[in-house]
Amino acid sequence: MPDQILYAMEVMINGLMAGVLYALVALGFVLIFKASGIFNYAQGVLALFAALTLVGLQQGQIPFSHLINAVFGTDVHHFGWELPAIVAIVLTIGVMVLLAIVIERFILKYLVNQEPIILFMATIGLAYFMEGFGDIMWGSDIKTLDVGLPQGASAWVEDNTAWLGGEGFYGFFIDKLDMVAAVVAAVLVISLTLFSQYSKQGRALRAVADDHQAALSVGISLRFIWVLVWSIAGFVALVAGIMWGAKSGVQFSLSLIALKALPVLMLGGFTSIPGAIVGGLIIGVGEKLFEFTIGPMVGGATENWFAYVLALLFLVFRPQGLFGEKIIERV
Amino acid sequence: MNDMSQGYTTADGRKIGGTLMEMKNITLRFGGVVAIKDISFDIREGEIRAIIGPNGAGKSSMLNVISGFYIPTEGEVWFRGERRPQMKPYQVAQQGIARTFQNIALFKGMSTLDNIMTGRMTMMKTGMAAQALWWGRAQREEDEHREKVEKIIDFLEIQHIRKTPVGRLPYGLQKRVELGRALAAEPKLLLLDEPMAGMNVEEKEDMSRFILDVNDEFGTTIALIEHDMGVVMDLSDRVVVMDYGKKIGDGTPDEVRNNQDVIDAYLGVSHD
Repeated sequence: MPDQILYAMEVMINGLMAGVLYALVALGFVLIFKASGIFNYAQGVLALFAALTLVGLQQGQIPFSHLINAVFGTDVHHFGWELPAIVAIVLTIGVMVLLAIVIERFILKYLVNQEPIILFMATIGLAYFMEGFGDIMWGSDIKTLDVGLPQGASAWVEDNTAWLGGEGFYGFFIDKLDMVAAVVAAVLVISLTLFSQYSKQGRALRAVADDHQAALSVGISLRFIWVLVWSIAGFVALVAGIMWGAKSGVQFSLSLIALKALPVLMLGGFTSIPGAIVGGLIIGVGEKLFEFTIGPMVGGATENWFAYVLALLFLVFRPQGLFGEKIIERV
Repeated sequence: MNDMSQGYTTADGRKIGGTLMEMKNITLRFGGVVAIKDISFDIREGEIRAIIGPNGAGKSSMLNVISGFYIPTEGEVWFRGERRPQMKPYQVAQQGIARTFQNIALFKGMSTLDNIMTGRMTMMKTGMAAQALWWGRAQREEDEHREKVEKIIDFLEIQHIRKTPVGRLPYGLQKRVELGRALAAEPKLLLLDEPMAGMNVEEKEDMSRFILDVNDEFGTTIALIEHDMGVVMDLSDRVVVMDYGKKIGDGTPDEVRNNQDVIDAYLGVSHD
């Protein structure tokens, strides 16, 4: 096979892998949007916060240590123990559930039946608050996240694809971490779909998404559903945070991946779980391939804008996205 | 209407039991507007009780008070012999009071079957963790509920639209699905908010038949609001008449029909 095609294929595969990560973030948005019509601007910050908490717990960092030291003149930083990754993950899930309860109790509860724009503004506020809160709690330095996920190029893939090209081609270069992310995302999507289609709470969740008043009348507690859905979104944020954090360290820029999720949502539709996945993959592959083929002609850095332009095209020609519910209005 | 504390027997021979629900001196204000003014009435086990009145009389407000969507400014709600504390609508639903809405509140994206399944929400016992751990048990429970729901679907003659998303159904069928969802909860009290609004004659007849059958076969107590005097008089055992938030009549259809205040209210005689 000609080298050009092989490179293009490798670029595409890497694009798919990057797309999985976009999809993971977009998934969190879709879940909350479906259940409550809230566009949760804070989803990216949730991922950052989850990753920060995970690292902090794992390394035995004392929360608010800077604050404590500043107020009491002490010099404490660490508890002096390190937690196994799995324990830290379980504890972090607990923290995210707690966070969901707090968000419902102190924000959403007071905004029932408000306009979507008001709820949206509330999540912007929440995003900035969480960002600062995460800083105070765990410090603002860049942290490495290591929960024992495999890293580096997969030798197996390289060995088994080397024959495709001639001399000088050593096989596809694919990060093991990306492969794990793809598997995790697949498992996550399948279990979420099963949950929403076949369980009592899943049905309640869909019911709330459809009509609040009707949901109340059949005995569904909106508050419980909101806590549930924010907990799940928190969990998805944690998964996304782990994957991105393991790839490029836990730092503030993690919260900006939320912006990349926007075009993904416009492509896939705000209300579709499969849409988030497919949208993520299309954006991932699209921007990598575009950079590879057209990039050199226009001076590169197309990855910064390609996704948004694609989203714009979609908004013009298919505003409900690929999988979004078609808006049918009775006249 | 004199001594009925032990219940009574209707003209067609149905036994009506003791008091199921009692509204005592209910007043509902929104700011300066008085929607309901000091109204009391009771609903007895097994009866079809209608609340009628001209537009803006406060009928829907009353239904919303019963179902917990509105909290009365004054007065007490008694249900099954106990005073009901202030409750959220979903808690009222869990107590066994199901309702339909005037302008249909269905889950439009879900199928008829799924919509009616949500009606059984209050009866499903398996919790979330149990559901994840013992998938088999949850599945068995799901099947039992499914069976009950299929019976309701047969009863309402909507087998052919089981899998159709309800948003696509015509109005009359949507109303029927909504009734099905309320029935699925096996309610002790069924509240129907204008079940025949916007229907043609044929659909109205169907709906009337279903309401009578529900009452007859399941012994469900029904409280309904209706605009159409003719329908109400045929259906109900006792009628409360409201006008401008006040109760102006209460009794059997015949008694109400001959009540001068009621006639005035419906003919639009001025209040002085």
